[in-house]
Amino acid sequence: MFALAALTLLVVMGLALIRAFLGPTLYDRILAVNIFGTKTVLLIAVMDFLAGRPDFLDIAIVYALINFISIIGVLRFFEYAEKKTAEHGE
Amino acid sequence: METLIDFVLLSFLVFTALAVAKMHDLFAVVMLSGIYSLLSASLFFDLDAVDVAFTEASVGAGISTLLMLASLKLVGRYERRTRYRPMLALGVVLATGTLLIYGTLDMPHFGSAEAPVHQHVAPRYLHDSMDEVGVPNVVTSVLASYRGYDTLGETLVIFTAGIGVISLLRVSRRTKKEEKKRVPADMQQQIILRVVVKWLLPLILIFALYVQFHGDYGPGGGFQAGVIFAAGIILYTMLFGLSNASRAYKPELLELLSAFGVLLYAGVGLVCMVLGGNFLDYNVLRHDPVHGQHLGILLVELGVGITVASVMITIFFKFTWRTVKHKYIKSR
Amino acid sequence: MMDILLDIISWIFLVSGSFFCLTGAVGLLRFPEFFSRIHAASLTDTLGASLILIGLMFQAGWQLALPKLILILIFSLLAGTTASHAMGKAALQSGLRPLDQDKDGKEPDEEEELTWKP
Repeated sequence: MFALAALTLLVVMGLALIRAFLGPTLYDRILAVNIFGTKTVLLIAVMDFLAGRPDFLDIAIVYALINFISIIGVLRFFEYAEKKTAEHGE
Repeated sequence: METLIDFVLLSFLVFTALAVAKMHDLFAVVMLSGIYSLLSASLFFDLDAVDVAFTEASVGAGISTLLMLASLKLVGRYERRTRYRPMLALGVVLATGTLLIYGTLDMPHFGSAEAPVHQHVAPRYLHDSMDEVGVPNVVTSVLASYRGYDTLGETLVIFTAGIGVISLLRVSRRTKKEEKKRVPADMQQQIILRVVVKWLLPLILIFALYVQFHGDYGPGGGFQAGVIFAAGIILYTMLFGLSNASRAYKPELLELLSAFGVLLYAGVGLVCMVLGGNFLDYNVLRHDPVHGQHLGILLVELGVGITVASVMITIFFKFTWRTVKHKYIKSR
Repeated sequence: MMDILLDIISWIFLVSGSFFCLTGAVGLLRFPEFFSRIHAASLTDTLGASLILIGLMFQAGWQLALPKLILILIFSLLAGTTASHAMGKAALQSGLRPLDQDKDGKEPDEEEELTWKP
């Protein structure tokens, strides 16, 4: 049961990675990284139960936090990125 | 099952590393390095190294990504294309890599029980940690008690990094006055985000304190707690602006605190010497050696947490100051 | 008996949660542009995460893991939704537009047929 969930989460992480490589605009990549982070949180939680040691859930909380803060950081530093690249060209 | 997860995660790691090498958009490279850190943290977690996974996730995927984004904002987004093909370098790297891989064939198998490292030191720590130190988390007892001197060195390294950044990105006296001006934050339009973060921030800080003091019983400890605390303050800074954050967490106080943490750590060691033991020998701190160890580990981890948190916040403030300087100072 | 019932309930939640996560990832790859992708990915992400976490809660029993899972669930709901809102808003402010709006944000007239513009 946990193995099935873990495998599905790994597949989802792989698909999100493909979008992170491909994504034509910047925001596609940000979205893919956000999804990747959330799935990592779930994968850690499921692996906790898979290994039979549910006292490692602190790590899942920290990952969720770090994922959120990284996304906000990315948005703060590049909120107007598309406009700027349109002005300067490449 | 675990092998399959390891295999998949390692292949993701390889793909991400190749993508990082090939891409020219440095912003995407920074995001992919964040993914790389998360993948390594998952791998560490799968290898049962939970404290390492904790620290790798918080530092690698959190703080490093934010600091690199701040520097990208200053430096520019696209990599300059090289006009030559570094064939000689590639040859040297391949030759060295092959020699190194050939050298590892002589090493014991991964995780084998007959490896020399598992014969003397590790069993002794594992067997005697509960009797001598009395702390359930063996990682904390090794880090803070058995190898406390090394951890003091690590804390000093972090402190030195903070000093280095402060001296390189120094704010001159003229600009200090302008720093006190109230300037609207960059993300002022994101109202929903600001409200949600106002709720979340006390919980993040309390969670950092939980990780700090729970490090004896579960994964955690000073480094992780300091990084989480700093991440919470950095979140506040990003949304509410550097001037608001500087009024709440004065830079002078932060510089003082980063030195205070190291002082606390080394001070505990000196107090042990004064009381008759060796440097950082916590047994003499109290009547009962195990209680002495507990007190020593508590104080030492607190020192580490204080230093790490204040250094991270200081570094982020200095980086961010550079990116928003133009709003405070009218250029001549 | 109780164990089997709990196991079956966890199975149902975990499988449905995984299914939703999978469909969200497929949508992330197949949808044509950013705003539809964010719609697919974030909605299914939140739902799938909630279902998987609730399924794990049934496995945890009355241990310390239960409040931690509840904490992860609440944080996931709060932070995940806020992050997707922030992303959409930032994209809109940068000038990115959905497929059926042109640069000024005007919708096409009702008589005009919606054509797919790359």
